[in-house]
Amino acid sequence: MNRLSWFNAVSLTLGFAFLYIPMVILIIFSFNESKLVTVWAGFSTKWYGELAQNEAFLNAAWVTIRVAVFSSTLATVLGTAAAYVLVRGGRFFGRTLFSGMIYAPLVMPEVITGLSLLLLFIGIGLDRGILTIVLAHTTFSMCFVSVVVSSRLVTFDKSLEEAALDLGCSPAQAFRLVTLPIIAPAVISGWLLAFTLSLDDLVIASFTSGPSATTLPIKIFSAVRLGVSPEINALSTIMIAVVTVGVITASLVTKRAMVRQKQDELAAARTE
Amino acid sequence: MGRPGLAVVDGNGCGFVGKLMRRALLIAVPYVWLLALFLIPFFIVLKISLSDVELAIPPYTPTLDLSQGWAGITDFFSQLDFENFVWLTEDDLYWKAYLSSVKIALIATVLTLLVGYPMAYGMARAPAEWRPTLMMLVILPFWTSFLIRVYAWMGILSNEGYLNQILLWLGIISTPLTILNTNTAVYIGIVYTYLPFMILPIYSSLERMDESLIEAAEDLGCSRLKAFWLVTIPLSRPGIIAGCFLVMIPVIGEFVIPSLLGGSSTLMIGKVLWEEFFSNRDWPVASAVAVVLLLILVIPIVLFQRNQQKQTEAEQ
Repeated sequence: MNRLSWFNAVSLTLGFAFLYIPMVILIIFSFNESKLVTVWAGFSTKWYGELAQNEAFLNAAWVTIRVAVFSSTLATVLGTAAAYVLVRGGRFFGRTLFSGMIYAPLVMPEVITGLSLLLLFIGIGLDRGILTIVLAHTTFSMCFVSVVVSSRLVTFDKSLEEAALDLGCSPAQAFRLVTLPIIAPAVISGWLLAFTLSLDDLVIASFTSGPSATTLPIKIFSAVRLGVSPEINALSTIMIAVVTVGVITASLVTKRAMVRQKQDELAAARTE
Repeated sequence: MGRPGLAVVDGNGCGFVGKLMRRALLIAVPYVWLLALFLIPFFIVLKISLSDVELAIPPYTPTLDLSQGWAGITDFFSQLDFENFVWLTEDDLYWKAYLSSVKIALIATVLTLLVGYPMAYGMARAPAEWRPTLMMLVILPFWTSFLIRVYAWMGILSNEGYLNQILLWLGIISTPLTILNTNTAVYIGIVYTYLPFMILPIYSSLERMDESLIEAAEDLGCSRLKAFWLVTIPLSRPGIIAGCFLVMIPVIGEFVIPSLLGGSSTLMIGKVLWEEFFSNRDWPVASAVAVVLLLILVIPIVLFQRNQQKQTEAEQ
């Protein structure tokens, strides 16, 4: 079947309308002149100007970005190692527990993760601040990285690694020269996923942050509890724009990498 | 793995023992990290749920004092009790909150499935060159801030909101509908934010399906609807199961959606836990709420993990 049946066309149109109309409305009304968000009073970019002068939001944004960079990088290293162990590690003591600890955080309610980490940090006397948020975010996002990377590892031909080892590579060299380049797209998308999860997190950050470190979601949450505001609309629009550009760039880059990999494989097959 | 003879003389010269040590290290680092920051914290929650609330820092008692040696440890254990759990059964707020969280999660999962399945099906049957774009359109909202996506509905559903404005203008209603701060708004918010989690696993199982199976069923005299029911649905079952778990389990403990879109009548346990902790500052009761919530979730989490493992092994 190469054409969309009308049923499929209708369900896709309605579905995507449902997914996108709320965000489109949000973006349109961020350019509204009026303070009353539900009444259109003409085009204006003044809320963006006010946002740029809002010290509290800017500070929170800076904290959030630093936390996201550190935690996603750490999570990518740990998550890739965990994926490698799960897929290639064979049997070892406590493997079931290990895979349980990888999958459970994916569905664990955030309130439980947040509460338990907070109680741990207080128990060991660690002051709450940027460090504790980074530790918390690393823990749950490494599991997401590990799932993304292991799905690439299972489809990847193990004999390539074995060939490198037979040709005299050390396991570390084989990983760096053969495995890593092949799983790189998955590792990069794992990092991006960890980065956005960290940027986005409200609940775990609320539990694990101290008065010295407020992240952007915490600030946004306390503002929107009071109702809809044009300044938050402007901030949301900026965030949506950044994510959209990021996702489109990332998908183009991985698409190009995949095309190149296919060409390389074809070339290799021809020279054989 | 490589031939053992070669591994012994590998570039770093550390040989077989070195290789074993590297493997142990590779396993140990993520393992210890998860033990320390995922598993051990749960035992701390369990311990504090058995403690008493106290006006102190930290606000509970007893605290384990190892400097007193054995006496300190026995003293600590003798002071633990199940008071907080008894309290959870006595105040019916908690039972009602657990039941209503499970009920809301079940209904919302069914609704998400009803919205998500036709979309996943449409995507899987769309021309192959459209699929990457459609896929990106599903993933894009998932990358966008959860908080912002929930917030977007506040402006739509409020009494002066865009939905009421349109309905009033069309003359369908004469007085604004109250949707924000009701359970209806909570359902809309859940379906909206969790939709990608439902679509993606179903889509990936539908896309892998061999379409000639449907043709075969139709050739053998099945109507289209019957072929769909007897062939497509069973073949997409792993995706449906994964999607339902991915939606239902986190929704039971959801906090952001009920607190922004729900009203005072929306009882959800994630919100109760948050308020116990941040407003009442009763850490032991908050911990007890978390322990019971975890016990409720153990069964679906284990089932979900089995399902995932089975699928990974099937792919390998």
